[in-house]
Amino acid sequence: MSGLFEIPSDLQNTYWGLVVLHLRLALVPVAAGLLVALPLAQLCVRLRWLYPPVLWVTTVLYAVPSLAFFVVLIDYTGQSETTVMIPLAVYSLVVFVPALVDGVRSVPQETLDAATAMGLGPVRRYLQVQLPIAAPAIIAGLRVATVSSISLVSVGMLIGNQGGLGNLLNDGMIYHQPRLIWLSVIGTAVLAIAADAALVALRLVLTPWMPRGNRATRPASAEARPEPAAPVLEDAAR
Amino acid sequence: MNVLHFVQQFFSDSAHWHGYDGIPTRLREHVQYSLIALGIAAAIGLPVGLITGHTGRGGNSLALIATAARALPSFGLLVLMFVLLGLGHLPVMIPLVVLAVPPILVTTYEAMRSVDPSPVDAARGMGMAESRILFHVELPVALPLILSGLRSAAIQIVSTATIAAYVSLGGVGRYIVDGLYQRNYEKVVGGATLVAVLALVTLGFFWAVNRLAVSPGVRRGA
Repeated sequence: MSGLFEIPSDLQNTYWGLVVLHLRLALVPVAAGLLVALPLAQLCVRLRWLYPPVLWVTTVLYAVPSLAFFVVLIDYTGQSETTVMIPLAVYSLVVFVPALVDGVRSVPQETLDAATAMGLGPVRRYLQVQLPIAAPAIIAGLRVATVSSISLVSVGMLIGNQGGLGNLLNDGMIYHQPRLIWLSVIGTAVLAIAADAALVALRLVLTPWMPRGNRATRPASAEARPEPAAPVLEDAAR
Repeated sequence: MNVLHFVQQFFSDSAHWHGYDGIPTRLREHVQYSLIALGIAAAIGLPVGLITGHTGRGGNSLALIATAARALPSFGLLVLMFVLLGLGHLPVMIPLVVLAVPPILVTTYEAMRSVDPSPVDAARGMGMAESRILFHVELPVALPLILSGLRSAAIQIVSTATIAAYVSLGGVGRYIVDGLYQRNYEKVVGGATLVAVLALVTLGFFWAVNRLAVSPGVRRGA
């Protein structure tokens, strides 16, 4: 390995080991958040009165800074990966719940009626009609949650070096090696952008009926709005 | 020893209410950082978002810039700026502004694009100047969404300004970082409570602005 990616031995890891660790710390919570959000959002669609309070709770939880969250959790889960993952999973909820609810609500009633008339039960209707139509909104939510999760993992460094690539930050400071900090910042940004690109690719695969964004013949006004769910998500991503 | 107990301990200790490390001082510092950062971010994001939204050009490059800016880890950026620039307000402001510009920019752009085109065309047909169309027709209709973008940015700033304490600056984060190193959970929980309360106050502030500034006609339609 070239000298550029050599890191101090007190981290007890290689650069690529830290990359893998970082990805695990960021992506497992997002997956967990999605698993919790799927039934929660379905409940919110069914029971309309439930949606505002759920939104309020997630927003208030989101307002708690990640650092404070980590430190409070140390008491219960120790200086471990779980401590870093729980807040990230909670934060992803604030993005997922509105994305899923809007996505499922955007399915036209006629489509649902047609599915019912074709003899689809509630489960198949959910899996084969509602989820595919909601897929673009869900993936837009996944993109926001994944990118912010990847960049938040670094804060975990403060609680006993549980921050993946963020662990390089402290070493860079105490040994005064800006190279390590560059490695951490650029590495994290590249991971986030790569994950974002992978999710865009996934959306293209999952929704073949959607217009592709790269056709030159499309009018400027249409190509200017790639994601209809974007304002809602930006709002939710506070 | 649960969280509520710590909160009660922290706020009832009179030593926490005075002097350099007192709650009023720390709160003022925190609000000051947040307001400056939000001001700079709004000064960058609002005009660019309004103009690109009005003309409808540059949406794709805007989305790219926003994704790239969001991908940058604010904590890493903070440490990097601290190492490169040393102590001061600038190394804290840069990550906070980078954090806050994307939501403002993207939401403003989307808000302007989502304005119903028929009143805009009517205004143009009546011979209104482009700048008047922008400020008197599009802006009032887009205002609720623009405000929600500002609110997202403000809450992110308030909750991220805590990490400024890691590079020896003040703010409410001071309690969290100090408490972490001193194993003083009372301080940590107290600091976290203060930040959460600040974030809620921010939410309430934007709710009030929304009630006051948005025209009733627009609010009813939304």
